[in-house]
Amino acid sequence: MSDRPALEPPPVAFVDEEGRTIRIERSEGDRDALVTMYEDFAPEDRAQGLPPVGRERIEKWLETIEEGIHVVAWHDDQAVGHAALLAGEDDHELMIFVHQDYQLAGIGSRLIRALLGAGRRDGAENVWLCVRPSNAIAISLYRSVGFEAVGSGETELEMSLSFDDEGSDGQSWA
Amino acid sequence: MKVLVGVGGTERSFAALEGAIERAEQADDELTVVIFDDPSASLSRGQVRERVQRIVAETDVNLSTKEIDGDPGSQLVQVAEDGGFDQLIIGNGTRTPMGKIQLDSIAQFVLFNSHVTVKLVR
Repeated sequence: MSDRPALEPPPVAFVDEEGRTIRIERSEGDRDALVTMYEDFAPEDRAQGLPPVGRERIEKWLETIEEGIHVVAWHDDQAVGHAALLAGEDDHELMIFVHQDYQLAGIGSRLIRALLGAGRRDGAENVWLCVRPSNAIAISLYRSVGFEAVGSGETELEMSLSFDDEGSDGQSWA
Repeated sequence: MKVLVGVGGTERSFAALEGAIERAEQADDELTVVIFDDPSASLSRGQVRERVQRIVAETDVNLSTKEIDGDPGSQLVQVAEDGGFDQLIIGNGTRTPMGKIQLDSIAQFVLFNSHVTVKLVR
């Protein structure tokens, strides 16, 4: 019996805690909508230099991460959240950004579950991420889907998740 | 200005040295290069020394070199503080697949512990 929320591969549609209808889809050809979201991204929500600032840099960055597994949260025709798994040598790095006007509404949780669902379907095995140790909201989101801390530097906490392992709490993916 | 440049053998550390020399040529800085073993560099101590000598040979900046052993972060900080340097320069920082900047433990130690101003070349 698992308490972990189920992974939900996209497409997913739900009403967020503010009553907005949100759709989560695999990303394809929606670079402009993402650029628009990131251009308006709150500077205090940036992490280790990301997202970059300025249209040109944002476009270049999105180009460099194009190869990954991407999911986008949409409110009408506006991109409001973006998450991706980027392949490294033998694992995938997870990134997730939710626009400041759409945070604390349950979107991040659905977005990460959609991304992990897509990732597992695509054969990803191990996923890792880095987060600022002071970012309690993000850390609790990552823990809720099964990430565990694997190491901590002075400025960042590294967490990882393996799809075929049971967590230390004995829970496994259904 | 009295400047200490740490070179551990990564490309970024050589870039930091070249940048420091370029600035020293304009500003008449007094440069000291300190060579240390960086576990993420693929060059041996001897190869690092040779490459530093090649770079140094091309400039007429007032420059001396020294080498340190043991824990690089704490040693760099100690040399910078004991030697009365005005600035410690290191080259560090890699990017993850998504493009996040990551500093290794040497750079983190230096940034958090040095009383001498640190210039981080990325």
